[in-house]
Amino acid sequence: MQKSSYELRTPLTIEEIKRLRAGDRVRISGTIYTARDASHKRLLASLRKRSLPIPIKDQVLYYTGPTPARPGRVIGSCGPTTSSRMDPYTIPLLKRGLRGMIGKGERSQGIIEAIKRYKAIYFVATGGAGALLAQSIKEAEVVAYPDLGPEAIYRLEVEDFPAIVAVDSLGRNLFERGNQ
Amino acid sequence: MRRIERNRIRDLVAQLCIQANYQLPEEVTQALKKAKRRESSRVAREVLDQLIENAQIAREGIYPLCQDTGIVEIFLEIGEDVKFKMQKAKGKIQSLEEAIQEGVRKGYRKGYLRKSIVNPLDRKNTKDNTPAITHTRIVKGNGLKITVFIKGFGSENVSATKMLLPSNGKEGIVDFVLRKVQEAGASPCPPIVVGVGIGGTLEKSSLLAKEALLRPLGRPHPKKEIRDLERELLKKINGLGIGPSGLGGRITSLAVHVETFPTHIAGLPVAVNINCCALRYATGIV
Repeated sequence: MQKSSYELRTPLTIEEIKRLRAGDRVRISGTIYTARDASHKRLLASLRKRSLPIPIKDQVLYYTGPTPARPGRVIGSCGPTTSSRMDPYTIPLLKRGLRGMIGKGERSQGIIEAIKRYKAIYFVATGGAGALLAQSIKEAEVVAYPDLGPEAIYRLEVEDFPAIVAVDSLGRNLFERGNQ
Repeated sequence: MRRIERNRIRDLVAQLCIQANYQLPEEVTQALKKAKRRESSRVAREVLDQLIENAQIAREGIYPLCQDTGIVEIFLEIGEDVKFKMQKAKGKIQSLEEAIQEGVRKGYRKGYLRKSIVNPLDRKNTKDNTPAITHTRIVKGNGLKITVFIKGFGSENVSATKMLLPSNGKEGIVDFVLRKVQEAGASPCPPIVVGVGIGGTLEKSSLLAKEALLRPLGRPHPKKEIRDLERELLKKINGLGIGPSGLGGRITSLAVHVETFPTHIAGLPVAVNINCCALRYATGIV
């Protein structure tokens, strides 16, 4: 099947992601936020206290924990971590309007259904290509939970960050067709 | 008796930590290139291209191969005629173990590597990527060989050990390995390297599986019976079609290495240790 390529700019609207299909290649530009295991746990606690440190509606979360930046560099290596570890935390964020997620690997059936229900999208970036992916990151700043070190939330400004749609807003899952 | 100074060990460990995190071993790069030649799907080839380019960028020494700079495992082969000369630090004479941990600390600081180690229950970060896990073997001679193995957890999390029974036989081993690789799917960053340890006890089989990963990539086992099993497993794993990044393809695994050890008449322990496409290790000799 012929797959399309799209250039996306964050924040992402429902209208924008509706046209994307599992398997499409995208280049993402704009602001995205990093979050992984410990920061997700904190985000949910903050959500309960109604004091989220970052905007969520129409935003994109990138599951990663970068290496420290060398002097004069924006960031270190910054590739995706396993997304399924974030599954237990994801639905409350989708309910709040989280639009996109970038990670690696499959999601649970429950998350795929929630992605469909809340009209969101899940992208995968190449696991193990952290040095390459760092080249698309133009700015980085810790914006929440600095005590978590590599697990802190960073605001990243990315340009042409390469990813593939793995679960689209209709709940179609690239990995289900991957084994052919 | 040969004396080796503590600072030499510390500095070598630091250097090996940095080297392993930035320079993908040549045989791994070659295996990725070979995989690309064998893949026909466009997306699989694109992923492999990215991984090959990633290794080139990392080699320049600014960005590590992966943001998961791992837990450090150190394999020591110590000659029985070596005596360690341990200088005092902070008024105390330090042990070989302490010199090694200091080397890891230094390497992770100087190499701008991520500190990923936490206490298991309260999840507090130790902030210097220590402690590294050390495995020591005493060998003949007066040499010291240090191998630093960087183990990422995307792949460690999907590894497993199982106490099979003698009646499960070779078929049970093959089934177990395939099931684990299938369940792992895209999580361990395929194309993966699969280390299999068969025999011994619970921990021996796990250690064999880890040591299997450190055999030069794709070098077949000297024993025919094991070589045949490696080939069978590789063929069946690649038949799963998981492919690079789990997006489908012919190459799910770059290599399968099997190591065995005699076991008890009542048992058949098997361990599967999965490694990502970035098999990172570096060896130094003092």
